[in-house]
Amino acid sequence: MKRVYVNEEWCLGCHLCEYYCAFANSGIKDMVKALKDVQINPRLRIEEAPGVSFAVSCRHCDEPLCVKGCITGSLHIENGVITFDKEKCVGCYTCILSCPYGAIMPSETGAVQKCELCLKNSFGTPACVKGCPNQAIVFEER
Amino acid sequence: MPVNYFYPDYEVVRDRDKCIQCRVCERQCANEVHSYDKDRNLMLADSSKCVDCQRCVSLCPTGALKIVKSDNTFKENSNWSGTIIKELYRQAESGGVLLSSMGNPLPFPVYWDKMLINASQVTNPSIDPLREPMETKVYLGKKSSEIQRDKNGNLVNNLSPYLTLSVPIMFSAMSYGSISYNAHESLARAATALGIYYNTGEGGLHEDFYKYGKNTIVQVASGRFGVYKDYLEAGAAIEIKMGQGAKPGIGGHLPGEKIVGDVSRTRMIPEGSDAISPAPHHDIYSIEDLRQLVDSLKEATDYKKPVIVKIAAVHNVAAIASGIARSGADIIAIDGFRGGTGAAPTRIRDNVGIPIELALASVDERLRQEGIRDNVSIVVGGSIRSSSDIIKAVALGADAVYIATAALLALGCHLCRSCQTGKCNWGIATQKPELVKRLNPNVGYKRLINLITAWDHEIKEMMGGMGINSIEALKGNRLMLRGVGLTEKELEILGIKHAGE
Amino acid sequence: MQYVIIGNSAAGVGCVEGIRQADKTGKITVLSSEPYHTYSRPLISYLLYGKTDEEKMKYRRASFYEDNGCEFLPGRTAAAIDPKGKTVRLTDGTEIPYDRLMVATGSRPFVPPIPGLDRVSSQFTFMSLDDARALEKELSPDKRVLIMGAGLIGLKCAEGIAAKVGELTVVDLAPHILPSILDPDAAALVQKHIEGHNIRFILSDSVKEFSGNAAVLASGKTVPFDILIVAVGVRPNTALISDAGGAVNRGIVTDDACRTTLPDIFAAGDCTESRDAVSGEHRVLALLPNAYMQGECAGINMAGGTAVYDKAIAMNAIGFFGLHVLTAGSYQGEDYISAGEETYKRLISSDNRLRGFILVGDVARAGIYTNLIKNKTALSSIDYDLIKERPQLLAFSRKERKIMLGGAAE
Repeated sequence: MKRVYVNEEWCLGCHLCEYYCAFANSGIKDMVKALKDVQINPRLRIEEAPGVSFAVSCRHCDEPLCVKGCITGSLHIENGVITFDKEKCVGCYTCILSCPYGAIMPSETGAVQKCELCLKNSFGTPACVKGCPNQAIVFEER
Repeated sequence: MPVNYFYPDYEVVRDRDKCIQCRVCERQCANEVHSYDKDRNLMLADSSKCVDCQRCVSLCPTGALKIVKSDNTFKENSNWSGTIIKELYRQAESGGVLLSSMGNPLPFPVYWDKMLINASQVTNPSIDPLREPMETKVYLGKKSSEIQRDKNGNLVNNLSPYLTLSVPIMFSAMSYGSISYNAHESLARAATALGIYYNTGEGGLHEDFYKYGKNTIVQVASGRFGVYKDYLEAGAAIEIKMGQGAKPGIGGHLPGEKIVGDVSRTRMIPEGSDAISPAPHHDIYSIEDLRQLVDSLKEATDYKKPVIVKIAAVHNVAAIASGIARSGADIIAIDGFRGGTGAAPTRIRDNVGIPIELALASVDERLRQEGIRDNVSIVVGGSIRSSSDIIKAVALGADAVYIATAALLALGCHLCRSCQTGKCNWGIATQKPELVKRLNPNVGYKRLINLITAWDHEIKEMMGGMGINSIEALKGNRLMLRGVGLTEKELEILGIKHAGE
Repeated sequence: MQYVIIGNSAAGVGCVEGIRQADKTGKITVLSSEPYHTYSRPLISYLLYGKTDEEKMKYRRASFYEDNGCEFLPGRTAAAIDPKGKTVRLTDGTEIPYDRLMVATGSRPFVPPIPGLDRVSSQFTFMSLDDARALEKELSPDKRVLIMGAGLIGLKCAEGIAAKVGELTVVDLAPHILPSILDPDAAALVQKHIEGHNIRFILSDSVKEFSGNAAVLASGKTVPFDILIVAVGVRPNTALISDAGGAVNRGIVTDDACRTTLPDIFAAGDCTESRDAVSGEHRVLALLPNAYMQGECAGINMAGGTAVYDKAIAMNAIGFFGLHVLTAGSYQGEDYISAGEETYKRLISSDNRLRGFILVGDVARAGIYTNLIKNKTALSSIDYDLIKERPQLLAFSRKERKIMLGGAAE
């Protein structure tokens, strides 16, 4: 299955992936309209320290602790992709407690949010990958 | 400073309606032009630091940025141009030699743009390269003038060592040090994938890149940096660098601060020491001396590798080339006055040397007249910008061309001409790790392959149009060129007719 | 192969999904005492709070049984197991044969023998959808509610109903709330937050007896109420196994493969004991994620696959009125504590390992800590000072991170 992989050797810490992520999941067609004067809450996050930076997003684990631990069944697997039904989520944060990568985070609505590989938004393929200027984030079969 | 003589050359223009304060411009500018004002939630710019490298413009996700040429003008004067005045102010302040990067930017004639290519109509039909075989492969080296057979009548291979190029293009010398590790890796991998060659320049060969040796030309220059037996044996050919188009007659100087880590190890000089390439080779004061070096290098590599001698295009280039063709060298590389550089004294870059088009035409003509054209192949560089420049160069007599600036552009260079600062925002002309990593060779080498592949298609298209199906048949075929807007003398030197003739 | 699963909650569902990983065709029969599609038990408080509804509470989609080829028997209760004859007898007398049996009977509320309790007219426990439905009918703004127990169930119940009743008092013998998962400092922070929402606590005190609709406390105080909710604890439903001769301590004894001591009988979820990966002790870890993963592990083993469940740890994600509390592991060891206005963090380490943590308020990326506990990561192999500040992958070595994030292809 194709997944998003991150290679920190090429990460520039430019944070564009975060902005493209926030844009892709905003449901708004114009990036300026979507992000102007907005505190973004992207589904992937850059970690950085002097000399090192990398993006972290859902690894779509084969044995996903978030799915197994989800008390509502809102996190589930669809064709290998860990997918999320925000209508069902009650925001208990068991998934935040479970994810070894810290890749699930609270959303503005009180539910959680996570990378769903842009399958549900108009991008169709991961916007972070498309927006990375240095191929530090790739979407491929391994 | 109470008096500021310098108004910024470029101004950063930000469309505040589009800016989303993502700060990518700030994070990506090594010149620290951009900054974020938290109190006002505004991005600011200090245009005086901007070199117009376009990094921020290219990465801005909303297209909120552009860099424009400042319209601040000194009082207009055709003689004392703004550039000259500014340079003078700078020297009045610093007392130093002006330094510049990349090629001569002055409005000297570009002869490529004054020559037009022929095409077939009715007779000698044109060829469709998508349907017919079309040969762009070339061999560089001495061509034997006679056919030898053994006593059984079988052909004897009396060919000198040669290089095989799938397209008549090579990446010319850029040293590791002047450009980054990742730029070198991109060039090396692209050359390997394309079946062409790249050139180490005078910086030695990084140990990681010995594996690309089959597609590497190793250079021996006046400083001899990084030269030793394994190095000479690693490459497919050895290039003796006598001169460089951007700075004929002078040597090179890579400041000690850039001689760190791998660069120092690869150049085989101590960390922090200045890498000074003398203006002349101190063992070469004549063609005979040159011959000795050619011979020594051949001896050292068991006569298995062709030797290239690279010179800058200067006034008496034809005579010099004639000497080189007799020195045992297999290939002459000529670098025109518009060739690029990582750093050169501005006055020399802008005022020394001659155009490559004229140099090429006169060298080819001279070697033909002397009957020694087949002794050597001719490779020309010094601002080859497109496939049509290549067609024209081949028609003027070149066997192949060297490209460097064009290759760097493919890697992202925006010709900001600030290489000498070492703060290349595109990760090319820098050794700072955080900048070097901006050039991912996985991206870079593919862009180089794309460029050369595209040019190859175009070369075939133009050859087909002329009814020529082999690049060899175009070589020196000056009837395929016509001049426009050229004087009798220029036409004479180029050896071409005027359009309409 | 004939599989029978007693229980239709997380462990039962996990078992179905486990079986189907290894056996796509064997017959699965699911027994459920409750007459409902599988629903998430912890959601009953959210149901009353208005954050979910009965449709969304379904733990799996409507076609779950059909999709997994299950025969689903709602409202049918197992009465006894015959391990020799390999049958399950239902309360209605039906006998169902099995090749492999899963016991996922869960737990039931513990109702303490307090004098006068039997005469309290409006009393509830808070475990099931029926409990929630019944309770909801009684709620109105003029009612006074007394909840016995300031544990997870009692307080989630309190959160669910606080806005719908007049007065709400929680009484607990412990000196601070959530005694099973919080320390006094964290508890004080959470208590203060909860108190801002129409909830009053009486701690270090207990109900001595009921006098009509008033509770007389050990301290002598009297708390009158209209509705009583008993949430002082739960007891695992172990009778089916103990009656059949299987080993039972506090819960049903299971091994790392989720087998009971009876042949071909497995057990999972709140009715069992499993090995706590932190302490090594066998104990009841009545937590939904644990139940699911035990069930799944059992299912795989039942269907002939090989699975081990040895990463069970105590962990709780709970929140009240927007204040989130995440905890895991055990609290014996060296402390690192940092506290703010509405945040509290305590990390407990010993012998070069992270053993447990309590996070209140700022809970981002807590799973990174959980994972350190579960994997018994040597703290010397990471930058512990960095990760103490904030859970982050930067604290791991570049090599480790390359494995985590996959690296990029050449």
